[in-house]
Amino acid sequence: MSNQKVDVWVGLFVMLGIVALLFLALRAGNLSSFSLADTYAVQARFDNIGGLKVRAPVKSAGVVVGRVADIRFDDQTYKAVVTVNLERNFEFPADTSASILTSGLLGEQFIGLDAGGEDRMLVAGDDITLTQSAIILEQLISQFLYGSAEREGAVD
Amino acid sequence: MAPQYNGVMNFSSPAAAERESDPSDPNVLLSFDRVTLGYGDFVVLADLSLQIKAGEVVALMGGSGSGKTTLMRAATGQLSPQAGVVSVFGQSIVGLGGAGLQSLRQRMGVLFQHGALFTDLNVFENVAFPLREHTTLSEAELTHKVLETLDAVGLKAAAHLKLSAISGGMARRVALARAVVREPELVFYDEPFAGLDPISMGVTARLIRRLSDRLGCASVLITHDVAESFAIADTVYLVGQGELKAHGSPATLGESNDPYVRQFLDGAPDGPVAFDYPVTPDFERWAAYKGVGP
Amino acid sequence: MNALAAVGRFTLEKLVVLGQLARFFGMLVTRLGIVVKRPRLVIQQVHFIGNYSLLIILVSGLFVGFVLGLQGYYTLNRYGSEEALGLLVALSLVRELGPVVTALLFAGRAGTSLTAEIGLMKAGEQLSAMEVMAVDPIRRVLVPRFLGGIIAMPILAAVFSMMGILGGWFVGVILIGIDTGAFWSQMQNGVDVFNDVLNGVIKSVVFGVAVTLIALFEGWHCRPTPEGVSRATTRTVVAGSLVVLGLDFVLTAIMFSH
Repeated sequence: MSNQKVDVWVGLFVMLGIVALLFLALRAGNLSSFSLADTYAVQARFDNIGGLKVRAPVKSAGVVVGRVADIRFDDQTYKAVVTVNLERNFEFPADTSASILTSGLLGEQFIGLDAGGEDRMLVAGDDITLTQSAIILEQLISQFLYGSAEREGAVD
Repeated sequence: MAPQYNGVMNFSSPAAAERESDPSDPNVLLSFDRVTLGYGDFVVLADLSLQIKAGEVVALMGGSGSGKTTLMRAATGQLSPQAGVVSVFGQSIVGLGGAGLQSLRQRMGVLFQHGALFTDLNVFENVAFPLREHTTLSEAELTHKVLETLDAVGLKAAAHLKLSAISGGMARRVALARAVVREPELVFYDEPFAGLDPISMGVTARLIRRLSDRLGCASVLITHDVAESFAIADTVYLVGQGELKAHGSPATLGESNDPYVRQFLDGAPDGPVAFDYPVTPDFERWAAYKGVGP
Repeated sequence: MNALAAVGRFTLEKLVVLGQLARFFGMLVTRLGIVVKRPRLVIQQVHFIGNYSLLIILVSGLFVGFVLGLQGYYTLNRYGSEEALGLLVALSLVRELGPVVTALLFAGRAGTSLTAEIGLMKAGEQLSAMEVMAVDPIRRVLVPRFLGGIIAMPILAAVFSMMGILGGWFVGVILIGIDTGAFWSQMQNGVDVFNDVLNGVIKSVVFGVAVTLIALFEGWHCRPTPEGVSRATTRTVVAGSLVVLGLDFVLTAIMFSH
């Protein structure tokens, strides 16, 4: 086979490989939801982050506005310190609250932001003070059992 | 003055005899100085000395397993001698590695026993291979050189053919062309006549002589074909039973009375090379197991 | 006592082979420069190794995707989670099946042909001929094939995964009727580019190195007889496959344990 023909076929082969990789990264993976936009970092402390992972989405009104950048443990206050990168073109009031929510019943956990009402906006390095920890299923069940046991007793 | 059979053939004067044993003589392209060749404990050739000069056609002869191919491998540096010095173009090839060995090898050509052509290339590309690897000729110059060489072996019009389309004799000639395309100073032909029909044999023999005369190179024929090689060789070396048995011009060997030489040249079934394989203890054990007498 | 001696001898033999393999790898690595001087040789090998494997990879990927879609659906359906089929198919392929199955097919198709080719070149004295022509056969013949295999493997694995996902989509969405939006969105939410896709690519590169190395090694050291070549090709497939599976376990443990 002539050299040019081989080059063409190999070129096509490599192209196919690039297409496959792009497909996997963009259509199958979550690369498309990576915004290359500028971000600013904000911190939030939680009693319990549940199953929250780094790179989990941060949503407000159901729309992704940022990503979890870092999760640390503060051994002075015994709380989880979550650093969040928010897209620069989204500004949130300083009294915005952050909750750890679950998508669906058993899905991945993400941070939901509820915008507050203050005039002052969050800037890089600020802390979100109002936080709601993740709902731990076991605690929920034990609360339910304890609660229903109490009621049983009361009905009696 | 009677010729001296001391390892080097010399027709003429004692002065020439002095010159023969000097490996730094620029005319001596290949010299073996008391070389012992073997694999591990198995010694193939012991204490061998020979010299080959430019323009000579030398036939290295011997029966199967006599060590002819081993000799060639020592000359190309593929096998290290267990003793002695092998010199090529005046340089010792023993222990030489890397660039030094490569530059010596570029001045040699080798025709392998079965051609050893590259099966993924066609006739033209096979002959062009050494040029592509080692020279920076333009495509036009390269094509010209390759076709010229193919023409010398009579296969110019076969340049486009795939290897699967050519006969054994033609393949041998293509391999010959590849061996000489860079006009080497020393060419080895490993069993060039083996398995060829009489016509191809004659063609090959004449080609070897013609190329040797034209290029002025030294040609070493490793063969057991008496008729063809005697027709074109200047000097014959006969090896057997681990040593150099005889050497001289074809005529001299033809007149020799040495029993080994006679058996070889006459093709007698029995003589110094016995017909019957010798009985060994292993065989006696096997015969007893089989229930037959030795 | 004989059994113990046999085990000892066996282990020793394997260690010797391992040492030879390491030395062989070193020989190849020190001659990688050929790709800069003669890129055409590498390109040709990418063609012979990669393009000629494309058909089996495309078809196998598609059918593995079909089966994943079908079996995945049956299993997820019992827990009412059919919408997660896209995620199941994609993760299975990208993390494991893509690199591993491609490597196994590669060992069988490309590995054996490399071994046989080198072995037959050796038997036909072609490598010896190159040596006396002052051409380094390792540089000229082995290294281009080594690089060709390393380049081709990740491409083939990515193509396999892509075909598998499309196959799973076809079965799940077109044939069975799962919502296409759920299929893709669940997948995109769950497949991480760095953790999953990139790790899969790294795996396929490692497998490519291992399988190609073994294939070339067996061909280079095989006995130049028909039986020798046949044994060598068998060893390429068996050893290559086992090494791939073993490496997969090690890599998975390293990459995917949190």
